Amino acid sequence: MDIASYFNYWIVIVLMMLGFYIVIARGNLVKKLIGLNIFQTSVFILYISAGKVSDGAAPILTEGVSVYSNPLPHVLILTAIVVGIATTAVGLALVARIHEAYGTVEESQILEQDNAC
Amino acid sequence: MELLVDIALLSMLVATAVSLILVRGLVASIMLTSIYGLLSASFFVTMDAVDVAFTEAAVGAGVSPLLLLMTVALVGRVEQQPRKRHIAFPLLLVTVTGVLLIVGTLDMPPFGSADAPALQHVAPRYLQQSGEEIGIPNVVTSVLASYRAYDTLGEVLVIFTAGIAVILVLMLPGRRGSVPDDAGRQRPRNVVVNVVSKILIPFMLLFALYVQFHGEYGPGGGFQAGVIFASGIILYGLLYGLPSVCRVIPPPVVEALAALGVLLYALTGVLALLDGRPFLDYSVLATDPVTAQYLGITAIELGVGVTVASVIITIFYAFAAHLSEAQR
Amino acid sequence: MLSHLPILPVLLPLLGAPICALLRKPVAAWLFACTVALLTFAAAIALLAQTWQQGVLSYALGGWAAPWGIEYRIDLLNGLVLTLVSGMASAVLLGGRASIWRETPEEKRSLFLVAFLLCLAGLQGIAATGDAFNLFVFLEISSLSTYALVATGRDRRALVAAYNYLIMGTIGATFILIGIGFIYMLTGTLNMMDLAQRLPALTESRTAFAGFVFIIVGVCLKLALFPLHLWLPGAYTHASSMVTVFLAATATKVALYVLIRFSFSVFRLEFSTLALPLETVFLTLGIVAVFAGSLVAIYQPDLKRGLAYSSVAQIGYMVIGVGVGTVIGLQAALVHLFNHALMKGALFMALAAVVYRVGDGKFSSLRGIGREMPLTCACMLLGGLSLIGVPGTAGFISKWYLVVAVADREQWVLVALILAGSLLTAVYIWRLVETVYLGVPGPRQVPDSPAGRAEAPPGLLAVSVVLALANVYFGFDTRLPVEAASGAAESLFAAGQP
Repeated sequence: MDIASYFNYWIVIVLMMLGFYIVIARGNLVKKLIGLNIFQTSVFILYISAGKVSDGAAPILTEGVSVYSNPLPHVLILTAIVVGIATTAVGLALVARIHEAYGTVEESQILEQDNAC
Repeated sequence: MELLVDIALLSMLVATAVSLILVRGLVASIMLTSIYGLLSASFFVTMDAVDVAFTEAAVGAGVSPLLLLMTVALVGRVEQQPRKRHIAFPLLLVTVTGVLLIVGTLDMPPFGSADAPALQHVAPRYLQQSGEEIGIPNVVTSVLASYRAYDTLGEVLVIFTAGIAVILVLMLPGRRGSVPDDAGRQRPRNVVVNVVSKILIPFMLLFALYVQFHGEYGPGGGFQAGVIFASGIILYGLLYGLPSVCRVIPPPVVEALAALGVLLYALTGVLALLDGRPFLDYSVLATDPVTAQYLGITAIELGVGVTVASVIITIFYAFAAHLSEAQR
Repeated sequence: MLSHLPILPVLLPLLGAPICALLRKPVAAWLFACTVALLTFAAAIALLAQTWQQGVLSYALGGWAAPWGIEYRIDLLNGLVLTLVSGMASAVLLGGRASIWRETPEEKRSLFLVAFLLCLAGLQGIAATGDAFNLFVFLEISSLSTYALVATGRDRRALVAAYNYLIMGTIGATFILIGIGFIYMLTGTLNMMDLAQRLPALTESRTAFAGFVFIIVGVCLKLALFPLHLWLPGAYTHASSMVTVFLAATATKVALYVLIRFSFSVFRLEFSTLALPLETVFLTLGIVAVFAGSLVAIYQPDLKRGLAYSSVAQIGYMVIGVGVGTVIGLQAALVHLFNHALMKGALFMALAAVVYRVGDGKFSSLRGIGREMPLTCACMLLGGLSLIGVPGTAGFISKWYLVVAVADREQWVLVALILAGSLLTAVYIWRLVETVYLGVPGPRQVPDSPAGRAEAPPGLLAVSVVLALANVYFGFDTRLPVEAASGAAESLFAAGQP
């Protein structure tokens, strides 16, 4: 097995896991959403890397070009980017309201307030 | 050369992500997110995904940091140092997931290989026949707006849902869609910023229109156009305040436009039903199949653009209304 | 129009939602939403009937043949889930107006209904599609609208519950996206039928294995299978009453459908080397879910929260059925999928009627309510009996099939555990009965609740009664769920024949 040809994927996996770590380890609700963003963006990078063809061109039909990268992952990821920003927007709206209701966006303090009553 | 760029971009991405873990303080985190978005957009360009790069640049480095900044303006920029935080469990979870992912890559076709299964099945038809069947050079647009147009309808619906959800969550008591009153609050204005932006806005709107109708030939299309158009309006809002921009484009109108964009898309599909063809079959739109595809794609891209622009403006209004309420 | 039947149960709410957003008067929006839901229900029933007669229906969206275009592929299983979801949506909308009106401020009502229709469109889209990526897109439509619906709950804890659900739901969806990406890289296709033909050749592939695991973990997050259930109790407890009824009756059911679809249709589990370990995992997690969910449910001071934990337990039963890995086991899971929607529908609907009167669902507020709202509480009692699995109710049928399926595999310990789980259910239902009928009423919070006998508003009451009676009806006339489930289970296995 050629390690070099997988190296690209493994770096992307490291990126995904860095984002995932922020989501589950951080207590600040905004930071969690940032982590989610990084996690998702890195998944997009994985998809797009998988569609790349060496010496290929962008999939816009041009005279004299015969090798193109795979257009289907591009289409899927365009949709997924939109889904990602939609989720972020809804999440941030919730965070804004949580701050109005609790006066904090730290998970531990919210939990304390909920347990107190 | 390509390899060097590749390695450089990937290392910068890793550095950004690691800094995000190390840094406390939300404004710095947002800046890093925005850098991450820009870097990944550049990476997409090196991977031949120009449409995706365009979108990621608009979303990852534009819309998403904007929304994050507005939220932080509401909730404060401090990220607290945890008193006692268990990192063992998250680390374990991340390690297990990461290992499983690496296992998953072991039988994957090597990076960049031209005989990967994904290039043997389904995709070749898009590359070889979309030129004849759809008649436009951008294969991504052909797949997105015709072969898999139903996914894109779903995508527009996701955006619409996000708009509805944000209004529902952020609606201030007792005022759906009302125009906020002028509190007479004069914001400090920087003359240079003002003048430059004022000149920029018409060009932004014009560029949005260009992107909207150019998607068949180069990268671009309804989504990117909608984001750019909305940015122009948002820039106006940031300069002259929420009340002025709400007078120019009242919130109820924007909300209605968001719904109308979805309807334009879906009803283009329904036309086919009326003629006994499957949903979203464009062939009923004209006698010549390629013209029909062109008409269908233009119509649905317009629907996408209108909904995306309206929803982003709506979300901006909702956050901005909370900001001005909080400042009061 | 008949040839377009496969798309209608999705297209109607999909078109209805933006139109509903243009109606600003809540009453108009409600009338419109009811019409849309009923039409969707009618289309789903017609579609179920058609699949019953003609078998699998395929519909090529955009006129592009699969696998190049997106395909809807409707078999009995799709038909059953589509009918169930749209039927529950109609029930909630028709009967729930009083409850929605009381629990949602006026300016939010019409948008609440838009979000509801979007959620319906999303769930129907998941249940109808034959394309793996299209499933992800519609999953996100239903999820985003669900987060918003949960957040409209009156308590501030609803916001936190919605946020937690958003985080866990998005992690789940991203896992599914990763899994779909892996199997796409191996096969080059996204169409489920096409995947099913190409995956058996790849059973040894570690990428296929990882893809499958990511999809299953992602779906189990959405399904709230123990220990991935943490979002569910908060979301069910703090969402407004009608949202809870709808989610409890449909959202987890659709997730179970996705689990079955991917395990049996796409990955053809029974031929894979994964089958044995996965069966063990499902059986273990299922039985742990039954006990953990039931035990926690017993100690809840709030009935709504108790029933939410009970849902965690009931999902356990369904997953046991899937884990048995035989046609009868799958049939048991599907029968329970149908019947549990009826039970929890009846219970949460009747509870909503009580909440309408007394303001909340705490046991302390429910004391003696049985004398004031006899009919509503009778509905709750019927739902509870069905949940335990008393003969003569739909719940008995589910338990019967499940026990038969497990006994067929000669796993007697499991049989004993399933029966013991029923006893635990009986404990928390008895607590409900004791409070409602034997408790002495305390002072009420809601000032306008009249003393003496006062049933819920007619809409809520009528739907509660219909759902409660459905529990009895399907306890005797089992043809619809059992035959549909057995047909679906057999075709899932038959499709897997090499």
